Amino acid sequence: MEYEVVIGLEIHAELKTATKMFCGCKNEFGAKPNTLVCPVCLGMPGALPVMNMAAVEYAVRAGLAMNCKISSFSKMDRKNYFYPDLPKAYQISQYDLPLCTDGHVEIDVNGKYKRIGIERIHLEEDAGKLIHDAIDHGSLVDYNRCGVPLIEIVSRPDISSPEDARIFLETVKTILEYTGVSDCKMQEGSLRADVNLSVRRPGEPMGTRTEMKNINSLHAVQRAAQAEAKRQAAVIRSGGRVIQETRRWDDARKESFPLRSKEEAMDYRFMPEPDLVPLVIGQEWLEEIRRSIPELALSRVKRYIDDLGIPRYDAHLITQSRFLADMFETAAAACGNPKLVSNWIMTDILRRINEDKDFLAASGLDGQNLGRVMLLLDKGEITPNSAKEILDILAREGGDPDAITEKKGMRVQRDQNLIARAVEEVIAQNPKAAADYRAGKEKSFSFLMGKAMAALKGRADPVQVRELLLRRLKE
Amino acid sequence: MSIQDLTIKEASELLRRRKVSSRELTESALDRIRRENGRINAFITVCDDLALSQADAADKRLAGGDGASPLCGVPMGIKDSICTRGVRTTCASRMLEQFVPPYNATAVESLLASGSVLLGKLNMDEFGMGSSSEFSIFGSVKNPWDTGRVAGGSSGGPAAAVASGLCCFALGSDTGGSIRQPASFCGVVGLKPTHGLISRYGLVAYAPSLDQIGPITSDVTDCALVLDAIAGHDPRDPTSANREGEDYSQGLNRDKLPIRVGLPREYFGPELNKDVKNAVFKAVSMLEEAGSSTGEVSFPSTEHAISAFYLISSAEASTSLGRYDGIRFGYRKTGAKDLEELYQLSRSEGFGREVKRRILFGTHALSAVYRDKLYNKALRIRRMIARDFSEAFESFDVIVAPAYPETAFRMGEKTGNPLKMYLGDIYNVGANLAGLPALVVPCGLDRRGLPIGIQLIGKPFSEKLLLRAGYAIEKRVGRLRPPRAGEESSEGG
Repeated sequence: MEYEVVIGLEIHAELKTATKMFCGCKNEFGAKPNTLVCPVCLGMPGALPVMNMAAVEYAVRAGLAMNCKISSFSKMDRKNYFYPDLPKAYQISQYDLPLCTDGHVEIDVNGKYKRIGIERIHLEEDAGKLIHDAIDHGSLVDYNRCGVPLIEIVSRPDISSPEDARIFLETVKTILEYTGVSDCKMQEGSLRADVNLSVRRPGEPMGTRTEMKNINSLHAVQRAAQAEAKRQAAVIRSGGRVIQETRRWDDARKESFPLRSKEEAMDYRFMPEPDLVPLVIGQEWLEEIRRSIPELALSRVKRYIDDLGIPRYDAHLITQSRFLADMFETAAAACGNPKLVSNWIMTDILRRINEDKDFLAASGLDGQNLGRVMLLLDKGEITPNSAKEILDILAREGGDPDAITEKKGMRVQRDQNLIARAVEEVIAQNPKAAADYRAGKEKSFSFLMGKAMAALKGRADPVQVRELLLRRLKE
Repeated sequence: MSIQDLTIKEASELLRRRKVSSRELTESALDRIRRENGRINAFITVCDDLALSQADAADKRLAGGDGASPLCGVPMGIKDSICTRGVRTTCASRMLEQFVPPYNATAVESLLASGSVLLGKLNMDEFGMGSSSEFSIFGSVKNPWDTGRVAGGSSGGPAAAVASGLCCFALGSDTGGSIRQPASFCGVVGLKPTHGLISRYGLVAYAPSLDQIGPITSDVTDCALVLDAIAGHDPRDPTSANREGEDYSQGLNRDKLPIRVGLPREYFGPELNKDVKNAVFKAVSMLEEAGSSTGEVSFPSTEHAISAFYLISSAEASTSLGRYDGIRFGYRKTGAKDLEELYQLSRSEGFGREVKRRILFGTHALSAVYRDKLYNKALRIRRMIARDFSEAFESFDVIVAPAYPETAFRMGEKTGNPLKMYLGDIYNVGANLAGLPALVVPCGLDRRGLPIGIQLIGKPFSEKLLLRAGYAIEKRVGRLRPPRAGEESSEGG
């Protein structure tokens, strides 16, 4: 390749605390405009912010999950700019003493592990939302989102391709979901990314970078990076120079447009927030938060591949959600055959999830009963068709897999006499087919096999049936 | 019964003995405001109906024996930078001329809970920026001792109202002397408490790291009584101190006051008016008389204090006042062609000259290019000043200072020369920059018959000691009262 791409991401994630960052207003998406507001989040004269320590805890959790150093002492700052969605005309953010620094996130690019540095994670409040053209010649503002806690995750420029950028964002998203820090609903804007990108010839120093703001889907990040890398390369190839600027990515048109240049960049006049005391994180609290962090996705992926023999692709799909991964692990332990469980998750369970994304949350299916169904199947106690049927019942109304098996008479028939009787009946009722087989017509065997299985209502061990049928036909 | 010369303590005793009702006191105060406010211009808003209904409620409490607080039924005034629910809070600015807060400041809430009666809102320099209460869209406050002179600022309204007996006591706010200097000019007692002793919730911000609400009263005892009611932790203000409460009004009068008093060399230089200097020294000798020892101390950081103060306060003001942009509340210029122009016109017309000057100054001080040279340097000086004080407190309990280099100056004397106005704050800004408590008590009159105040600066949360020292001076000086209309001269002195 003629040019190397250098990418860094800035990721904004809304924290899913119950209340906002500095007041008691609910942190909720989708309420009627301006119903979740109070003097504090509206920035009214004399109102003062009070730090929601849950927001600090969530940010620390994210930092620990991304291997950051947690500052025992940090502070909040005011970032000043005028815009109608920002009622105080400053955003309470962190400038020179962020909560988390110097971390990293490992990503898996088709089996190749890469480490992406995290420069910092800081805590800040979200702004409101402008609704343009809502009235004649004017815009309206909804302040419900004002003061919702956010973290900004700033990566180092360690990302070397648009695909890696997507995978990195995906990995961070999974980490935030696993740790319960954010629900990462990109379509609702609770996770958004800015792409900083430059290109250079191999071995050359870093080129001039541009920034694309507020991209809100995983694939849009990849597309935006691809397009921008191509655009910058074309500029250089034609003898031009890339200008340092902020650009807006239009995902529908697959193009970006200049927003403002470096010269027009805002001076945010950062100042320590005098209304809040510094944030002090004690060692004890830090350890408590550390203990609350579950095993993360990539660590599970590696374990599934190395210890359980699960294919990489499957391991990634299963670990995409912590709920599903936990379910897999419980089921695999209950059943003892992880590969069988993973195969069923990959086909049956993921199909159900694809049909209804809230399937798992609403269903009576859990790791325990899934594992027991798989155990019955693995021991040959039930057939795959029965397993499917039991899962349907469990999903609908829950229950006990063994009881369902018994109640529905699904246990595989192993009674030699019963199977023999069924085989004899089938041969007796289909003399032509039996004769054809005996005359060397192999195809007739499948027909007879089908009839025998049907006579046993599909609940016999096919191997056993096949053996007996062959024996009788050869007699 | 006139409230004209009643202290809180006196009024409270009359109320409890049912010699007077709160309604009578309140009516008398409202009547006096109607007659006198035209001359003094201390009140911006008077809330007659509200005050009378609060007075009636207080009378019921007093009748029911529920008069636990000595403030119950006592009429007060609140500086117009402190939010009062349902009563407009203007900060003496066009920007907030129509602003009616839907909440009370925590300090106001405490006073109302004690049963105090809110007469109205008091005049000031716009957003607290000024030392003369001349920068108000409602006109200048006049000094009750000489209406041709300023009442001081920015809490000129509260000081003048208490001095002229328009209310029993008042709340002011102090960012760089805004309680103490007007108290000194008007011959009343003013306290800037330790930063964090009183909740700032509901105080419209000028410079939050320096701002503090405090009482302005007729005497030291009243100051302690108000402090008893408003001091304490508030979960709505994270910078408010969470510490055990103190009883400020108990044991003020000590026979012996064996404290160590430090006099900073830099505070008694050539800029200090002779009469002021003599009165302050005389007050110091009264403390010695009460058993204290005196020594000299040096604050080498003093020469940089004014620059540091104006850099930090203006920087904080430039961000704290950003919210007044014409979008949600406050003044909006109609007919702007776009958002940018809406901001520009609303802010240009909504703010007065002095406020705009400080916003520009502060914006400059925080800009990327100048932050290191200006704002960050000022923060370093601030730490030096705090260190100077804490070192002095190793050898002294109280630092004595004048409240201002001179007594009340003439109207218009300094409005044209902001630098001259700023330099006068030299003895006051230290306590704000270091977050220390500072009490001003009247200690005499100058040759023109204008009051002089002495300032006592203490360690963090040493209000009780300051009040005892202030009481010892007050006991020897006596209460100062401005000449009333029709009277020949002042009493006391």
